[in-house]
Amino acid sequence: MRELTYAEALREGLRQAMTADSRVFMIGEDIGVYGGAFGVSAGLLQEFGAERIIDTPISEATIAGACIGAALTGMRPVGEIQFMDFVTLTMEQMVLQAAKVRFMFGGKASVPMVLRMPGGSGTGAAAQHSESLENWFVHVPGLKVVMPSNAYEAKGLLLAAIDDDNPVIFIEHKLLYKTKGDVPEEPYRIPLGQTRVAREGQHVTVVATSVMVSRALAAAEELAKEGIELEVVDPRTLSPLDDAPIIASVKKTGRALVVHEAVQMGGFGGEIVARIASSEAFDYLEAPVRRLAGLDIPIPYNRELEYHAVPQVESIVREARKLARGEY
Amino acid sequence: MVASGQLQPEVIQRYHEVIESLGPEVLKQMLQDMHTIRAFEERAEQLYSLGKVHGTMHLSIGQEATAVGASGALRDGDYLLNHHRGHGHCLSWGSTPERMMAEFLGREAGYCRGRGGSMHIADMESNNLGANGIVAGGVPLAVGVGLSIKMRKTDQVCIVIFGDGASNEGAFHESMNMASIWNLPVIYLCENNQYAMSMPFPKAFNIKHVSERAPGYGIPGVTVDGNDPLDVYLAISDAAARARRGEGPSLVESVTYRYKGHSKSDRQAYRSRDEVAEWMEQRDPIKRFSSLLVAGGILDQAGADGMRETAMGIIDRAVEFSEASPMPDVSTILEGVYA
Repeated sequence: MRELTYAEALREGLRQAMTADSRVFMIGEDIGVYGGAFGVSAGLLQEFGAERIIDTPISEATIAGACIGAALTGMRPVGEIQFMDFVTLTMEQMVLQAAKVRFMFGGKASVPMVLRMPGGSGTGAAAQHSESLENWFVHVPGLKVVMPSNAYEAKGLLLAAIDDDNPVIFIEHKLLYKTKGDVPEEPYRIPLGQTRVAREGQHVTVVATSVMVSRALAAAEELAKEGIELEVVDPRTLSPLDDAPIIASVKKTGRALVVHEAVQMGGFGGEIVARIASSEAFDYLEAPVRRLAGLDIPIPYNRELEYHAVPQVESIVREARKLARGEY
Repeated sequence: MVASGQLQPEVIQRYHEVIESLGPEVLKQMLQDMHTIRAFEERAEQLYSLGKVHGTMHLSIGQEATAVGASGALRDGDYLLNHHRGHGHCLSWGSTPERMMAEFLGREAGYCRGRGGSMHIADMESNNLGANGIVAGGVPLAVGVGLSIKMRKTDQVCIVIFGDGASNEGAFHESMNMASIWNLPVIYLCENNQYAMSMPFPKAFNIKHVSERAPGYGIPGVTVDGNDPLDVYLAISDAAARARRGEGPSLVESVTYRYKGHSKSDRQAYRSRDEVAEWMEQRDPIKRFSSLLVAGGILDQAGADGMRETAMGIIDRAVEFSEASPMPDVSTILEGVYA
């Protein structure tokens, strides 16, 4: 099959959505001539014109607000926040407006919008351009939160997010933009709220999100050489969360490691651990459920420090091996 | 436009054109609507003091002219983004007192099925996109509504109403700038009632009028007498015409005054009784508009006096309707979070 990068897959999804539906448009900073800070929208201005690829001033709150207002009145906007860090400037609009209006108005309004943003570290951008803030949004009923882990997932989940009648926080990863994968040319949708098993294995379940899925898969390759088989599970949509495949996997393996880049304290891993612990999988556990997350620090600039701030293939190998061998 | 309750002949002359164009029936209805808003607010306060209301409320008594003047200048199909002191704007936009009161009393028959309450009344069917509990919370949305209108190529406009307090939020700046650079059909109506909760206007602004900020965004800004529905009507009409011509947004500042406290628990230590009394006695919008219509021969004194009674009757029926309608069923608590 044809290979595309994650960024190309997203662009193809955006192009197909905009071609199919005149209500879909893009709005954000430097998405036009510049093509977006990470090049996702490169060329779309030429294809769709400035009316549908809308470059904005540096006004994140109103990028979000413009999406909400347009969505409430019949459009299907896709907003871009240049770095996930800057979503902090939209919190009032996303949390108190986008997430609330439907419920607050008695179920009579809908906000079909997607807010895309690249999260994560690894680019030497330091503490204000490397955040992983997904759990802030997971904590807000009314929002959906999606974290695609490869090129195929990126296109299918983005098309599903654009189709969705709810506000969707769509979190891309900077380190994935240039990674390649098989991507079908035709439009396809991966339904929101369906966890996938990315690799089967019988010894340890590794629940991982975003870039951690590829690191977990690399760790699985390593450990397979030692006869330890990891089952890698990718929730894809953090909210709504489809926990059944996670619970089923832990029932099978009896061991679980949850891996994410965001800091551990208050992170999404705690929710996964709680779901496992309060499910029928509890009776099958042969070891404590462990978390491997970002250190509870801001992301440092120095390459070595940055590397050690978040889970890497080696640390996943180490933690999973300990669980498999009962060395925790 | 009018500094006191005394109506000078030249003032009446200035209104001649708009009075002619609106005609006696519309003018009388405007006054009736102002009475209805006041009666609604007074009843809301009374129901609250009787312990029949669970939450808070922000009353717009004294500000009725702005609501009626602004809505009167717009058309069916236009969009409204409203603020927390928004009962008057909803009523003048055409929301029914029955369903508004039902919402205030937390009933299933309310506009938001009792989920929103006083601060969040919305009526999507009439393009009333809702009142907002966050100061300036709706102001960024206006850009999106404006964009949507422009992309759908209709001749609708969006009016976003907010207070003097909201004019000091960053969202105000972002939104006005963006609407201006794209010539969006948005009317920014700042209802300056002199206080952001307890903060008096002169302590929060180093300018005399919010409208002075408009040139900073490259758009027209005017200040009007917010206690005069015709002055508001004229300014909003101008702004709407400009927006429909594709020339972009405008800022209208409507100077008015709230008679009651900020919300239910305000002891009003920040202003004097004399100040409140002066606005009530000298500049009351209902008294003034009533006198104008009587002086202009549009209404006789008996007709003017009867309007308050009519309003009370409307509100009586709204309360009856609300009290007869059921509370939301707890089994429905999860409904409406996601589409």
